[in-house]
Amino acid sequence: MLAPAHAAVAPSRAGGTARAALPWLLAAALALVLPHVVPGGFGLSLLCRMGIAIVFALSFNMLLGQGGMLDFGHAVFLGLGGFLAMQAMKLMDAGAWLPLPVLPLAGGLGGLLAAIAAGWIATRRAGTAFAMITLGVAELVIAVVLLLPGTFGGEEGLSGDRSTGPRLLGWDFGTQMQVYHLIAAWAWGCALLMWLYTRTPLGRLANAVRDNAERVSFLGYDPARIRWRVFALSGLFAGIAGGLAALNDEIVTAGTMGPEASSAVLLMTFIGGIGTFWGPVLGAVLVTFLSVALSTITDAWQLYSGLLFVAVVVWAPGGLSGILKAHAPLLRGGRLRGVVPGYLACLPGLVLAVAGVGGLAELAFRLQAVRNGASPRPVLGMALDPGAPWPWLVALALLLAGALLLRRTAPAARAAWQEASAASAVP
Amino acid sequence: MEQATLIVLNSLVYGLLLFMLSVGLTLIFGMMGVLNLAHASFYMLGAFLAYTVSVRLGFWAALVVVPVMVGVLGAVVERYGLRAVHKHGHVAELLFTFGLAFVIGEVVPLIWGRNPVPYRVPPELDFALFQVGANAYPAYRLFMMAVAVAMFLALYLALARTRLGLVVRAALTHPDMVGMLGHDVPKVFTLVFGAGCALAGLAGVIAGNAYTTEPGMARSLGAIVFAVVVMGGLGSIWGALVASLLIGFVQVGSISLDLTVGAALGRLGLAVPGIFTDLWSISIARVAPVVPYLLLVLVLAVRPRGLMGTRSA
Repeated sequence: MLAPAHAAVAPSRAGGTARAALPWLLAAALALVLPHVVPGGFGLSLLCRMGIAIVFALSFNMLLGQGGMLDFGHAVFLGLGGFLAMQAMKLMDAGAWLPLPVLPLAGGLGGLLAAIAAGWIATRRAGTAFAMITLGVAELVIAVVLLLPGTFGGEEGLSGDRSTGPRLLGWDFGTQMQVYHLIAAWAWGCALLMWLYTRTPLGRLANAVRDNAERVSFLGYDPARIRWRVFALSGLFAGIAGGLAALNDEIVTAGTMGPEASSAVLLMTFIGGIGTFWGPVLGAVLVTFLSVALSTITDAWQLYSGLLFVAVVVWAPGGLSGILKAHAPLLRGGRLRGVVPGYLACLPGLVLAVAGVGGLAELAFRLQAVRNGASPRPVLGMALDPGAPWPWLVALALLLAGALLLRRTAPAARAAWQEASAASAVP
Repeated sequence: MEQATLIVLNSLVYGLLLFMLSVGLTLIFGMMGVLNLAHASFYMLGAFLAYTVSVRLGFWAALVVVPVMVGVLGAVVERYGLRAVHKHGHVAELLFTFGLAFVIGEVVPLIWGRNPVPYRVPPELDFALFQVGANAYPAYRLFMMAVAVAMFLALYLALARTRLGLVVRAALTHPDMVGMLGHDVPKVFTLVFGAGCALAGLAGVIAGNAYTTEPGMARSLGAIVFAVVVMGGLGSIWGALVASLLIGFVQVGSISLDLTVGAALGRLGLAVPGIFTDLWSISIARVAPVVPYLLLVLVLAVRPRGLMGTRSA
């Protein structure tokens, strides 16, 4: 299968427990410090987006990485959770005694119920058929949501006011900083729960069903039933992420659950790496940051994240966390220095290839802007004329030169890594 | 009566278009076990390339050149992309074609813009062929049908009567044995993938100007094409034909019906419950686009072999 088996083994001694708790304490400390370090309201809202994306991507990886289930419509559970949380917020606005911090629970309930219903059909099958059913179910749900404007608000969606609830310790959650703390607390708790889940019998059985469903059924378990339970739990956490998004944005639309959102979570999870627990966290943080940072400087950022995704699928199926994990034994064995020259030799080719692809994409976009009568933005400070042939030839030459260089240098780097990891495996 | 004739003719055109797309997809799946999520993206590429080529060289040149271009692109994608991820399993292949569809979906608006392009029916075929009641029936629709039928016959003859077709059919069911007999099965895979993409490109050339050529066209048609191949039975050409025509009739026919869901149920003698009042007042025409997805889910869950397939998805 795609994902390597989880290396983590349950720590049995007190020392192991302390070591397992350390990353969680560090994450909590980081979450408390970060809002005071990042600049301004822009950084704070970016942190909120990241927290929501982390919960969503982790819930997605419960299916893809840990259960071997590729869900093409995962945003449906995020969206339905968001709608239920928004209905709860509307109740709160109408005067019901509902503290805001518990609203994500309503979202979780929405996601759970939707996933139980959808999973009843989808999880009977695995592999390609499962993926197709989730695709069909997602289209159905979105169509129904748009057909029922009375319940879901039609094209405009539903909106509410998060600051009308009862005050808790003087907080009314009107400010972004207070909402950030709420999101961070929920994200931390959900991540911990999802990590603990990986150590439960159900979590282990999900891995077994991913690796060899037939053997699991010979052991007396029903693989379809295990898939269904995992699917329901994943829907629960996706729904909580939707609830958090609802109280962050104060609006939920059918677009929240659309194919773009489902694609986005697949991209970030896979780029981060589905073979480790923390890979999706890395992917959620990185892709959310890139989507904000890149979208301010280029209009083709979605193309770049798509190309990054394809590159990861073809060349690094373990994702970024898989690459990092492959170097952990080298770090422990003190052999990291052995691979550095090989990697450095690959760098020029990589830079040239990326520059070539970026150049072609930016030129294409500028050519269109020129056709529409707009004046094109400069590329990295250079005023390029997309109508002239030479920038195109330069970009193409960069790409070809980079690809050729990489073909030359990559085998040596790979050999160096193999040698180093073989040497650090034997003490 | 005139309206019925018109519905039948339009459904036939739409159904045959669906068939041109689904036949490539179903052949690729039958042979390689790969569900190509980017198949409709090749259809979209065909339409946009046809627009660009037809502006410079005319429609008839596009009709010949563009399917070849799209087919070569498909073969390259199979040879250098799909084959590399094949060793990681079917989920990796699915992810690759998904990424490809995503990238093509971003490249097309980058090159041609986010608005529809003015890809027009060629003037030679831009006339009314006959009158159906008060409506003129465009000759181009008949041309589309003719191309689809010609393609079906050519494909059928190629598969049933040529030596290469024999190898392809054998590789559909027994790829290992065909390889043992000395045939280069990976090369056959590349050929079939390229040919399937070329057919999708051809569908794009002849449909892009009859409907609209815009960057959302792959997404709107893609899921329907999956529904068609799953319903017909993955790997079955006849199944794809029957399912295409069926879904064509359902889609086009229901758009022409001026009834609400509640009224339709009433005509069938069913009482409308007092709940979900939103739902019963929706017109059938708005529910119709949902039907293929419903069929997709139901067929996969209940009868994975589809109408005429021999094995499960």
